[in-house]
Amino acid sequence: MSFLALENVTKNYGDHEVIKGVSFTAEKGEFVVFVGPSGCGKSTLLRMIAGLEDITGGDVQIDGKVVTHVEPALRQVAMVFQSYALYPHMSVFDNMAFGLTMVKTPKDEIRRRVNEAARILQIEPLLDRKPRQLSGGQRQRVAIGRAIVRNPKLFLFDEPLSNLDAELRTQMRVEIARLHRSLGVTMVYVTHDQIEAMTLADRIVVLRGGIVEQVGTPTELYDRPANIFVAGFIGSPKMNFLATEVASVAPGALTLRHPAFAGGTLTLDRDTSGLAPGAAVTVGLRPEHLHMDGPATLSLTVDFCENLGGATQIYARPDGGETITAVAPGRPELAAGSPVGFRVAPEHIYLFDAQGKAIAAPR
Amino acid sequence: MSVDLFLPAFQTIMTGFQLTLVITLAAFVLGQVLALPLALARNAQSPWLRRPAATYTFAVRGSPLLVQLFLVYYGLGQIEAIRDSIFWPILRSAVYCSILTIGLNSAAYMAELLAGALRQLPPGQVEAGQALGLGRFALLVRVVLPQVYRSVLPAIGNEIILVMKGSTLASAVTVMEMTGAARTFVTRTYAPFETFLIAGAIYLLLGALFGKVFGLLERRVAIPGR
Repeated sequence: MSFLALENVTKNYGDHEVIKGVSFTAEKGEFVVFVGPSGCGKSTLLRMIAGLEDITGGDVQIDGKVVTHVEPALRQVAMVFQSYALYPHMSVFDNMAFGLTMVKTPKDEIRRRVNEAARILQIEPLLDRKPRQLSGGQRQRVAIGRAIVRNPKLFLFDEPLSNLDAELRTQMRVEIARLHRSLGVTMVYVTHDQIEAMTLADRIVVLRGGIVEQVGTPTELYDRPANIFVAGFIGSPKMNFLATEVASVAPGALTLRHPAFAGGTLTLDRDTSGLAPGAAVTVGLRPEHLHMDGPATLSLTVDFCENLGGATQIYARPDGGETITAVAPGRPELAAGSPVGFRVAPEHIYLFDAQGKAIAAPR
Repeated sequence: MSVDLFLPAFQTIMTGFQLTLVITLAAFVLGQVLALPLALARNAQSPWLRRPAATYTFAVRGSPLLVQLFLVYYGLGQIEAIRDSIFWPILRSAVYCSILTIGLNSAAYMAELLAGALRQLPPGQVEAGQALGLGRFALLVRVVLPQVYRSVLPAIGNEIILVMKGSTLASAVTVMEMTGAARTFVTRTYAPFETFLIAGAIYLLLGALFGKVFGLLERRVAIPGR
């Protein structure tokens, strides 16, 4: 039986439906990440799990119990907020101990739990300080510590790293992953940063406009996106999309037409059911799958290049077409306006129908 | 200007010092006590709480304190139900009327300050408390008010000085506090300049004392760091 289950959960603000029948489950000890663009409902969904937001319809279950109308305090969940939400008038120790103090936990037990959490998070020297005397990373650790001391069944993280600088974000990402490994508790984590999602998650829930677009492991989402939205959202740099049309269809083979293709067409071994000549098909190509060796799949003209140190980001385009991004290792000598060819392995060519659904997924 | 009048003026004015202090402190405490529920009502979701509180603060802040004092002292006595009520022994006293009016006036100003500070509190603070299992009262006492009062403490220090200055109007309804005592001295000596110079100096010192006390209090509860 699932540890956390959302069953057809909806949320309305007046006539405006922000969560539109979301269902999903998480197993005990799993790290689940809700990811999606701003305003997609991921934070609202998390707050509904926490009990901080009323549920319009559907049910939330935690550890086999329906908690839809249960007070936040009784759900045995701990939440880490984007703003940290530390109490400025209390010391770090008091902030971490606060929840335990309010439920009359014995002082020795409070001290033991706070010190243990502080040791795990390496904030023992900070226990006497006030939040304003701490850096962003230290504040975030205290916020996590406040959650740890309660021994919750479920951890909820609401974009906890978005206020930190890039270097600290990477460091804290590793810390959270390590924390999950050591505690083994179920964690639900909200972010709009797909790198965070890919690196932390056991499973990712991709949301858009209050609906679930796809649920899967990071690898599944990267290799087999269900639609154009997921394909474009997962992966950095973003997947390239080419609006092509079907030139011809033969059993098990599909020929597509686009000025970017070497020779103007591209033939693929794919399941062609439901496709006819003239049909619109979007081709998806990940920048890291475009190689400069071997026979060219794409024939383009260099627009400009960005030197990233160990790699080069190349922006190129076909005659009169949209820009295509490629990532090449090293520092290839490419002048603006010069021709460039890219080879793409057939299994790395993604196809989407006119509705944006993945078709004939790469084998 | 007659320097000889300074000492007798000082002695006469000081007969009202205790009353000035009583009116100031009592009105200030009353104002603070009433301000918090008013501020909470001002920010309440229910219009049944919010609108009356907003109307009250609008009316009190928008009209002169002296007019309010006259309305309470002279006006309430016109109402038979009040004259027959248990409150009449209090409301017939000019001192109590002054304390009540100045306190109610202060409450309106303080309520707006507190309501603003409550609105400034990040919502995450309350939500974190809810997630930690705090009830409404515990949230208010342990999380909200310590932060709100820290942020408005300079304004509270300012408010007690304003209340002290407001207490001078009590002399208009026969209260012999410092300004009342000064006025009677002027009618005897025809020396308004000397008299009110002394009165002003005493008020200034009293205001400075209040300022110092609240300055120390601010430093005491200040949160270290950025």
